[in-house]
This record gives sequence, C-alpha cells and structure tokens, in this order.
Amino acid sequence: MIRLEKRPTPSRMWTALTPLVAVLATLVAGGLMFAALGKDPFEALRTIFYDPLFNAQFAAYSRPQLLVKAGPLILIAIGLSMGFRAGIWNIGAEGQYIIGALAGGAVGLAFYPSDSVLIFPLMVIAGALGGWGWAMIPAILKTRFNTNEILVSLLLVYVAEQLLASMSLGLLRNPQGGGFPGSRNFQQYEAASNPELFAGTGMHWGVVAAFIAVIAAYVMLTRHLLGFQIRLTGAAPRAARFAGVIPTRLIVTCLGISGALAGLAGLFEVTGPAGQISIDFNSNYGFTAIIVAFLGRLHPVGILLAGLLMALTYIGGELAQFMLGLPAAAIQAFQGMLLFFLLAVDVLTNFRVRLIKREVA
Amino acid sequence: MPQFLKSALAGAALALALGLPATADEPTKVGFIYVGPIGDLGWSHEHDQGRKAIEEAFGDKVQTTYVESVPEGADAERVLTQMALSGHDLIFTTSFGYMEPTLNIAKKFPNVKFEHATGYKQAPNVSTYSARFYEGRAVIGHIAGRMTKSNKIGYIASFPIPEVIRGINASYIHAKKANPDVEMKVVWVYTWFDPGKEADAAKALIEQGVDVILQHTDSTAPMAEAEKAGNVIGFGQASDMSQYAPSPRVSAIIDNWAPYYIDRVQAVMDGTWESVATWDGIADGMVKIGEMTDAIPADVQEEAQAIADAIAAGDYHPFTGPLNKQDGTAWLAEGETADDGTLLGMNFYVEGLEGDVPN
Repeated sequence: MIRLEKRPTPSRMWTALTPLVAVLATLVAGGLMFAALGKDPFEALRTIFYDPLFNAQFAAYSRPQLLVKAGPLILIAIGLSMGFRAGIWNIGAEGQYIIGALAGGAVGLAFYPSDSVLIFPLMVIAGALGGWGWAMIPAILKTRFNTNEILVSLLLVYVAEQLLASMSLGLLRNPQGGGFPGSRNFQQYEAASNPELFAGTGMHWGVVAAFIAVIAAYVMLTRHLLGFQIRLTGAAPRAARFAGVIPTRLIVTCLGISGALAGLAGLFEVTGPAGQISIDFNSNYGFTAIIVAFLGRLHPVGILLAGLLMALTYIGGELAQFMLGLPAAAIQAFQGMLLFFLLAVDVLTNFRVRLIKREVA
Repeated sequence: MPQFLKSALAGAALALALGLPATADEPTKVGFIYVGPIGDLGWSHEHDQGRKAIEEAFGDKVQTTYVESVPEGADAERVLTQMALSGHDLIFTTSFGYMEPTLNIAKKFPNVKFEHATGYKQAPNVSTYSARFYEGRAVIGHIAGRMTKSNKIGYIASFPIPEVIRGINASYIHAKKANPDVEMKVVWVYTWFDPGKEADAAKALIEQGVDVILQHTDSTAPMAEAEKAGNVIGFGQASDMSQYAPSPRVSAIIDNWAPYYIDRVQAVMDGTWESVATWDGIADGMVKIGEMTDAIPADVQEEAQAIADAIAAGDYHPFTGPLNKQDGTAWLAEGETADDGTLLGMNFYVEGLEGDVPN
C-alpha cells in the first residue's frame, strides 16, 4: 500500500528535480500522443525541440526568435512570481499588458510625427504606469474592501480587451489607414519604435528589460528587505506580521510591480514585434506567463529558463504543424501537459512516498 | 542583412543561376496559414477544403502544408518566414489581419509567391483575392425578410471593416425590400471565431424577439442557440453547416475557394503566376448559396433563386439605386449601381439601419 506522508519541510532535492521530471514525463506522454496521432514520436519531438535550435535551414532565424517570444513571457512572469510567492494572485497580467501597450502607444501617437529622442523613454514610462494603474484597481479593492484579487484582476482582462477594441477602432486608429481598424505602424515611426538593437539577434529593448528584471528580482529576493518580506509572507503569514510586514503595503507593492512589468512587456511588444495597436493585439502572453512563473518555480533563474523552454515549444510547435502536419490542438495539449506534470510531481516536494505493508487484523 | 536572409538569398541566386525553377520532379510546395482551427466548420475550414482540393487535383506534383490558429501580427510573420525558409513556392494567408505580415515577409523573399485573402494591398509577389459575399447576403437577406414573423432580424457581426459592413447593408436592403416592416439588430462581437461570445450574442438577440439570425462569424454556436430557442432560423456561414438542416439552418452562404486555388497553383507550376487582385462572386462560383431546405416556403425559394440567378447573369447588382446613406444623404440615384471602389471601402450604413458603425 502506498501512503503519502507530509514532510516537515519541503525537500530541497525534489524542488530542484521536479521540473526535470516533469519535462521528461511530458516528453514520454507527448511522444505517446504524437504516436497515437500516427506521427513518428521521435521525429515530432526532434522537430519541436531540436530543429528550431540546430536545423541548418531554420536555426539562424528561429534562434533569435526564441528571445523575441520569450522576452515578454519572462518579463511578465518575473513580476507575477513576486506576488505569487507572497500568496498574492494577480491573474490579470493580460489586461495590464494591454493597458501598458495602449498607454505607452497613445503617448507616442500623440507626438506623431515628432522625431525627438525623448519620445520612446516617455512611452516606456507611460507603458509601465498604465500597467501599474490597471493593477492598482484590484490592489485597492482588495486592501479597502477585501475583494478577491484573483477575480477582479481576471475580469479586468475582459474590460481591457473591450478598451483595446474601442481604441483601435476609434481614438488611436490610423487616420491614413483607409478606415480599417488599427493604429499607425510604429515600425514606420522611428522615434517611437523598438527595433532589433543588433540586426539578426532578436534583441530588442523588451528582451533587455527581461534580462534586467531577472537580475533585479534575484538580487531583491536574496539581499533586500522586501524580498525577505515576500518570502516570509508566503511561508508563514502570521510570523510575517510579527516581523513587521504590513500586509496592505505588500499587496499594493506586489500587484504594482507585476502590473508595471506586464505594462512594459505590452509597450515593448506593440512598438517592436507587433508593430501596431490592433483589435486582437494581445496573444495570451499574460496567461502563458502564469505557466512560465510556476514552471520556473517562482525563481528568477528558473523563470528565465522556463520562458525560453516555453518559447521553444511555440516555435517548434509551428514547425511541427507545417512540416509534419500535427494539429495545433496537439501542440497546445503538449504545452498543457508540461504544467500538469509539474503540478503532479510537486507532490513529491511536500510529501514522502511510503510503501507500507498491510497490517493483518 | 541578417544571416538567415543571406543564406536564403544565396540559395535563391544559386537556383536562378542553374536555371532551375525548382527541380522538375520536386513537388510544388504550397503553404496555408489559418486564423482559426480547421475544425471551426466555418472560414478556416473552407480554406482547408480548398487546400485538400489542390492535393486531389495535383496528387504527387504538389505538397501542401498548413498552420492553424495563427495570431495576426508578430506570430504570423514568424510562421511565414519559417514557411518561406523551408522552400514553399506559394503561400496563402487567409485572413484580413495577415495583410502587413504578408507584405513584410514577401519583401524579404521575392521568389516566394504570396496570396492574401480579403486584403487590398498588392506587391509584385503578393496577390489578393476575395469573394463578393455581399451577393450571397442579398439572397439570404431576402429569405430573412420573407421568413421573419416578429419582423426582427438579428445580425452577429465580427469587426467593423468594409467587408462586414457591406454584408450588413446588402442583407438589410433585401430584407427591407421583401418586408418593409423589418428591423435589423446588429451585435458586434469583435472576433471571427469564439463560440462562447457568439452564443451570448445569439441569446441576447433572441431575447429581444429576433427570429432570424444572420452571422458573420464562423462558429456554429449561434445555430445551436437558434435550435434551443425553437422557432428561430439561421444561415450557414462560410460553410454549409448542414448538420443543423433542415432547421434552424435553412440555407447558407458557402465560400468555395477550390477553383481559384487550383488555378493559382497551376500558374505557379507553369511559371505564369502574376500578381492580381481577384474579386469573384456567384457567377464564378466563388460564392455559393447552400441548399434551401423545405423550411423555406416554395415561393420564397423561387424568389431567392431568381435573385441569385440574376446576379450570376449580371442582370442585377445588389447595390442598385435609389439608395440613401443612413444620415439621409443621397448615395445612388435610381438605377445607378455601386462601384467597386466604394464597396471596398464601405464604412457607412444605408438608410433605415439603426445604431452606428462603431468607431
């Protein structure tokens, strides 16, 4: 008979091992699924994980694209992980991402066609403020009226989506766009655009910001009082209060940081790879970042790796679709398995598996 | 110049130098990107039917590939680049929102041919193609006007772009002609495919007393709501949606891309491909009216068929004056027909429609 016994403290070994076990289990289960769909599982896995990195035909293009796709995921997930560690659940990063893009984009469009060097920095600030402001709604409602931040932040995503549609059809629509929805293209508006910093590398300011966020988060969590308070609140909320943590202030700070980072991600995306504010500009980065945060064990370095891995499954998944004819749903199921197995093997971190003999009565 | 471009161009230059259009026995590679899943049973599904028709027509001489549910923007550019890099000769980008990505990537790969559906910008290696869906909407608008008992017709609209506005106007004009008491309620859902939102819109319309639903979105969810409500009818959109026949689905507007797709692939094989802007309708078979079921009275069926035949024969244009714009200003005089330019950029309602075009 198998029994689960709660460990007094989470196992360090398993904390480090579970992501690897989860990835392995995903490879096996995914391979079985691909085989059931009538595809060679080894070829499918090779196309998803190997080809984007090393295939002579694609790698020169898709390796930099990995950074482009992972940048916003990492930036958002770093912000989310702060709150998640303290038990503050911002599920609405997608909304903060949209508002960041709108606020920052609007500032840039307001100055069109100026060529001042101050415009882009101003847009970055506006983008961060936009995301921060949108996250302050659930923060204030929680601290003042004790509402549930999960629900409020999630529902605000849908509000943000409506706002995005209305802006791209109205206020921010390109006046020279022949009546079609969507703003001016930032790629053709130099002072407000976020191009590749070095041609062919995929590096744009959003990727740089993501790397800076990883380092800053690492330093803060290990060296700074705020990091200590976040970790303590997550581990033992009562003890945290005795140690002088003010919950209200921590909620506002954590939601604020994650909102601002999501807003920045949106601004860098809209001025860079996406190019314009359009009705469905958002493509689920805010939600996927939640998976990335957990896959990375809420640890800055883990999130960096998880973001790159997630980006790889996206890019490799597209290759698998048109090279092997795998349906998009199979790729999504494959990505879902990753989170599923991670949460499943998490049990091993907190519990010990004991085999016990059935006692004879 | 990025490394990947250099190698791509070098490869292309080599092929040119050797005078190889792609080796004779190598199949022509045709790629498709879809905005929805091919299982949407609507827009993307019909494009995928066109892809299958290409395979059937050319057999071993062609290889087709596709990627589904590609978001319009940076992701589309990435997928297109990877397709171009992997040696596709011809790529169909099947949604309006792929316009800028298609043009951007086409510039980088001058030897790959692109075909963009429903757009209005061409390039030396980018063609555009679309169907005159408004011709079909005129026909079902007539049926809707004749069939409604509550005199309230609902319209589930996706995005306020000219194509959708044209469809609303065409069906309203013909519903009104068939039944002067008719009222049309338009709901904007801002999506091409979202069964949840489409079902909500259908429910809201039915609660307001609508008994005929027209849709410019791709899922069968509105049809399912109509079936639940009982005495409400609808029309298949893009696909036949015959699984809901004979009622609530009483007819359909079907997109039939296969003939065009086969034509274009043949042109690439023959080396005669040129950038064109195609806009075909009922006459060329790009728009088809789905089988009318017995839920439609025989005389209404005959009238609808007569309209479709007249359009196909070129005797009748769905936008024929006298027509005024919503604000009462004159648009078309008696007997005058709309020109393609106005239709392609249509951003106004005709007189009688309520509400505003969102902007």
